[in-house]
Amino acid sequence: MNIARCKGARDMFPQDMRGFRKVEAAFRSSCYLWGYEEIRTPTLEYLHLFTSAGTLSPEMLSRVYSFLDWDGWSGERVVLRPDGTIPSARLYVESLSDMPVARLCYVENVFSFEGTGQESREQWQCGAELIGGSDPGGDAELIMLALEILQNMGIKSIDVKISHVGLFKTLLQELGLDEEEQSKRLKEILTGDVNLLGKIKGESQEVKRFLKLLLEVQGKSLGYLENLKSVLPQGLSKIRSSIDDMAQIAHLLDGIGQEYRVDFASGEGFEYYTGMVFQFYYSGQLMGKGGRYDELIPLVGGGNIPASGFALLMDNVQSVIDTDEPYDPETILLTCKTGKIEELKGSFAVASMLREKGHIVTLDCGCSSEVGGRWMVTLEEVRKEIIVSLRDNRNGKEESGLSPSKLLQEIEDSK
Amino acid sequence: MTLKLALPKGWLQSNTAAFLEKAGFGYADYHEKSRSYRPKSDRFKDLFTKVFHEKDLAIQVAIGNYDLAICGFDWIQELLVKYHGDAIVRVRDLGYGRRNLYVGTSRFSDLRSVEDVKSHTGTIRIVSEYPNLAEAFALKLRLRRFKVLPVWGATDAYPPEHADLAVVSASSPDDLIEKNLIPIAKLLAGNAWLIANRASLEQKDLSSMLELFYKTDPGRGSEAELSISEIEPEEEFESSVFEDGVVTLALADGHQQSHTSKFMKTAGLRIKGYRQPPPTRRPRLLFDGAQVKVIRPQDMPLQVANGNFDLAITGRDWLSDQMYQFPSSPVEELIDLGFGRVRIVAVVHNDLPVENTNDLRHLLISGQIPVLRIATEYTNIADKYARDNHLSPYKVIPSWGATEAFLPEDADVLIENTETGATLAKNKLKIIETIMESTGCLIGNSNSLADPDKKERIDTLVGTFKKGLTSD
Repeated sequence: MNIARCKGARDMFPQDMRGFRKVEAAFRSSCYLWGYEEIRTPTLEYLHLFTSAGTLSPEMLSRVYSFLDWDGWSGERVVLRPDGTIPSARLYVESLSDMPVARLCYVENVFSFEGTGQESREQWQCGAELIGGSDPGGDAELIMLALEILQNMGIKSIDVKISHVGLFKTLLQELGLDEEEQSKRLKEILTGDVNLLGKIKGESQEVKRFLKLLLEVQGKSLGYLENLKSVLPQGLSKIRSSIDDMAQIAHLLDGIGQEYRVDFASGEGFEYYTGMVFQFYYSGQLMGKGGRYDELIPLVGGGNIPASGFALLMDNVQSVIDTDEPYDPETILLTCKTGKIEELKGSFAVASMLREKGHIVTLDCGCSSEVGGRWMVTLEEVRKEIIVSLRDNRNGKEESGLSPSKLLQEIEDSK
Repeated sequence: MTLKLALPKGWLQSNTAAFLEKAGFGYADYHEKSRSYRPKSDRFKDLFTKVFHEKDLAIQVAIGNYDLAICGFDWIQELLVKYHGDAIVRVRDLGYGRRNLYVGTSRFSDLRSVEDVKSHTGTIRIVSEYPNLAEAFALKLRLRRFKVLPVWGATDAYPPEHADLAVVSASSPDDLIEKNLIPIAKLLAGNAWLIANRASLEQKDLSSMLELFYKTDPGRGSEAELSISEIEPEEEFESSVFEDGVVTLALADGHQQSHTSKFMKTAGLRIKGYRQPPPTRRPRLLFDGAQVKVIRPQDMPLQVANGNFDLAITGRDWLSDQMYQFPSSPVEELIDLGFGRVRIVAVVHNDLPVENTNDLRHLLISGQIPVLRIATEYTNIADKYARDNHLSPYKVIPSWGATEAFLPEDADVLIENTETGATLAKNKLKIIETIMESTGCLIGNSNSLADPDKKERIDTLVGTFKKGLTSD
């Protein structure tokens, strides 16, 4: 009987895991150096953590894995974590809220149903959250950190897109739309359908011209943002501060020679974003995204604490970094000639000595087909003495009667 | 090629029969009072037809057991709102069997409108036979904290003490008012529909049947999406609500009612208005400090566990089903009342060459059955039976009734209750294992039993029930 894996589930093979660990290591080492401390939240959370307005959108909620727990007779549902940021906010509010600024990072999986079963329903992400960091300095730190991590992995030509959810929220208010209309339009914008904003009726020519400039032009410099400010219609003055936030980030990116695009149509994301949002692309593929979520901490029961964060999408990152480099570590296979217990004892001792020096040693567990890696070490008991011999598979050279220290020296000399 | 059509049992049955008659399907044994599970069409000799409980129809089409089905709009949406797959295609609104889905609240509730519900800060408890639609409603309103209480029926009995809102089906808001609920919103409205399995529609020639369906007038259309239209409350009601600190007892409706009623009489407990069908969900128990509601026995263990009721009279079968799912439930059996004795059995079709569970396992090991399909109303008992007996691989197909119709085409085994085995034998089914025996029992909430305010009254009530046993 063939027992297949679950539909929509994925196995990760040794080669995948090497890529995974590479991304994880680059992420962790940068995060530590920037003062971010690692956390891990549970895979199971209560559903209600994600149901409030301003957390997950109804569309995302309709795809969460939710069920009744073993003690679910009370009707309380639990979910497989559908998002990394909201549980981090919960953790902060529950246990770390006495920290004025919390820099947290995590490598976690998130689950979301995908209908065809062709895509994995489990995604891994590397997330960093800066809770307590104010606007726009916090956003700048996160963008720079994400860029450093990607660059450390060899991903050099990164395309940064910045947008501002807060700008749209203010804009919709300023246009005098009623609450329902505002939320409908914002949803369209957040799912990338910004053009609809241009069709809002009853606005003056001045406002229309401004919207056209905002939505149809992708700025590539600080100048674009300055242009926007200079043509800002009188009635929309409140969005000036959002543009100023973006200008500071643009200034910073200019300073390090990082190219970027101010693309207001790239606002797609989660419902909890309130301000600046950013995305990192490489060759047209999304590597990661993040943004400011100042209302989330209060929403999960904490104080009025601003926060922002980003997540790198591990699958996408892994797919572009070089993991195809040949993996051929120089391993040592240890075998016992006759299989006597004294040989076995000796083989564990020799293996342990070699491993202490950083060598990869495998023991022949009776698998006669195992041919070994670079070296083959054979132990044989002859008249109550263990004779050690070494064969270098690369050149066929063999030596016998080696002491442990001589064995080590031979191996290290031939490397 | 045999085509397969699934038809509803229950309230849609007579209208569906009339429709099929008019359309010319020629079913002699599918009508208002027919009990056949496999009616035959005179017109389509190759058509295999089966009759299911209305809640089971959409699932049967979605999993591809049936090409076509006639199904109430509410149950189609209940499935689709949670499982968005595209396996079901809504083919034709049949213009009859209109039903609406309302959200109702109690007159004693502070929640008098959708706006009140949205701005409520505590947990909103929503009781419904439609748990998926109830959840979709809560998510659509972005309720911060809510709990959905899925029930088998008697939804109107729960508010206000045991639920804040009820999502119920009715033909008009007046039906809710009759049941002491204030309708605050309408979620869905729809007729019976012809639905098709997508793959069947893409690959099989169903045209001769579809033509007959298309000859009829479609009637009023259905509202395809869940949309919340608010209803202004206006009616006032007469009803009573449980007093604070009262000991709450749940009694069953349905066929267990007569057993329970008789037992209570023997025990000397007088109760007014407890009959079948129930004239009220709140009969009056002549016992100081205790009040009664009438709900479905299937729902009682959960409702006692969650503290909605202190005591209930249900069957051990339903208590076991609950305990297998939620082993830490604070609910316990207090007295075996001895009535309504049934066996919970594993059943197969006579043609299946097995005499016991061991034989069944061998069929699986040898690959003669690739995946064991177990149809049942007792999903957790079935799950445990399959696990304990290593019947791997298996799937449990939840059913809402008429389960014996599933064999042999749509399931391999049933986990079913039986009194004498006669109905099973009539359907050419045989028992391969008795899993448990079940009788009516008094169950109680463990926390209530330890509650000093209630303990004395509960002990007295339990003592009175015990008298019923000795004088029997």
